[in-house]
Amino acid sequence: MSVRQSLLAILNQGPCYGYQLRTEFDRRTGSIWPLNVGQIYNTLDRLERDGLVAKGDTDDHGHVYYQITDAGHTEVTSWLSSPVVRSAAARDELAIKLAIAVTLPGVDISEVIQVQRRGSLRTLQDLTKTKNASGEPESAGDLAWQLVVDSLIFAAEAEVRWLDHSEARLARASAAGLMAPMQLKLEPPKRGRPVRAAADNDAQVAGSR
Amino acid sequence: MSTHLAAGSTRPTMPDELLRLDGVAMHYGKGETSVMALSGIDLTVSRGELVAIMGASGSGKSTLLTIAGGLTQPTSGEVVIEGQWLSDLPSAQIAVLRRRTLGFVFQDFNLIPTLTALENVTLPLELDGWPRRKTRTAGLDALAAVGLKDRAQRFPDDLSGGQQQRVAIARAIVGTRRLILADEPTGALDSATGEGVLRMLRDRVDAGAGGILVTHDARHAAWADRIVFLRDGRIVDEHVRDHPESLLAGRRTT
Repeated sequence: MSVRQSLLAILNQGPCYGYQLRTEFDRRTGSIWPLNVGQIYNTLDRLERDGLVAKGDTDDHGHVYYQITDAGHTEVTSWLSSPVVRSAAARDELAIKLAIAVTLPGVDISEVIQVQRRGSLRTLQDLTKTKNASGEPESAGDLAWQLVVDSLIFAAEAEVRWLDHSEARLARASAAGLMAPMQLKLEPPKRGRPVRAAADNDAQVAGSR
Repeated sequence: MSTHLAAGSTRPTMPDELLRLDGVAMHYGKGETSVMALSGIDLTVSRGELVAIMGASGSGKSTLLTIAGGLTQPTSGEVVIEGQWLSDLPSAQIAVLRRRTLGFVFQDFNLIPTLTALENVTLPLELDGWPRRKTRTAGLDALAAVGLKDRAQRFPDDLSGGQQQRVAIARAIVGTRRLILADEPTGALDSATGEGVLRMLRDRVDAGAGGILVTHDARHAAWADRIVFLRDGRIVDEHVRDHPESLLAGRRTT
């Protein structure tokens, strides 16, 4: 998870104590995903357990400093040099909603899409306004914040484009008479793995030998 | 927000209102082969307001813009520009109104290649019979407003795409013109340059102009105060920007 690696990358700059890490994370990510101190300490505990950081000195104020280990340093290098892979199967709330809605009787799917588009456009407007109010970046921190806002803007735009695309696709499907809602199946669902998936798996295993 | 009154109705004119469409409809052809391009369009644009029109290709966006600009006469409904009913005006006077009040910005800039930036900007004023010195001052003011005063004597070919589009915006706001009608104005530009043009458009509107921005790009529409959504020639949705800054907690105290 990126919080873990982010904290590690910050610790790679020098020993830090918990609250300090929180501040560093905030100012390097535009304070858009604030972390609570509890999350920081949980993460530090796990990093320590995995041998990536070690507990170091305690200062006069009682701050416990954490220090990165060689294994931690390697982990940071590897994080920065490899892509972030998002799981294709990560749940997307909106995609699930639309998928379910299209199977239900009595749901006006174009209205569902339009309501969502309105919401997504509003998000996009708010983000754009926020970004425009900020002016030119004056520091690396400003730049980090703008990168994050841009990322949110592009994500919102992608959502709107996907909605446009879905609307056009549904219009074609409707014209082709494919929009009949699914009925509940009355026979009890079979337990265990679906037969076809199992067969596919077997074929794969056989093929890989 | 849109109130659906019958065509020809007379809503009161608001003091800041620049443009109003009342029950505008547009049909091409007659009888059974008639195609409806727009239907029941109610829309207002006030000073200091940028309205984005979104919708798929063929949804009627560009038709709406040409009707709003008095270039096309609607089949029914009223277009009111600064309190003047276009249907009451002879076409010569509509041309004058267009010249004095409206500025168009198109995707392909539409600058005249044999005229300098300044001459392109001042052309509508010259056509309107302005005295030479006043024309020049107004033209330079408009170019200054888009940050191009030092490019006044350049020809369009010597300017980048982004600069050409800024000249087109200057032409759209020169003199007394205060209603900017932009049709995909960033379409031919790369993302960063396009953003610069939108920023300029936004600045002019914030300075008191009114604008319509036709776009298929949600990221560009997001610069507007209001987004109107067209589908099959009808307004299916319209919403106003409110509560900005609510999304991002705690930012920018540095």
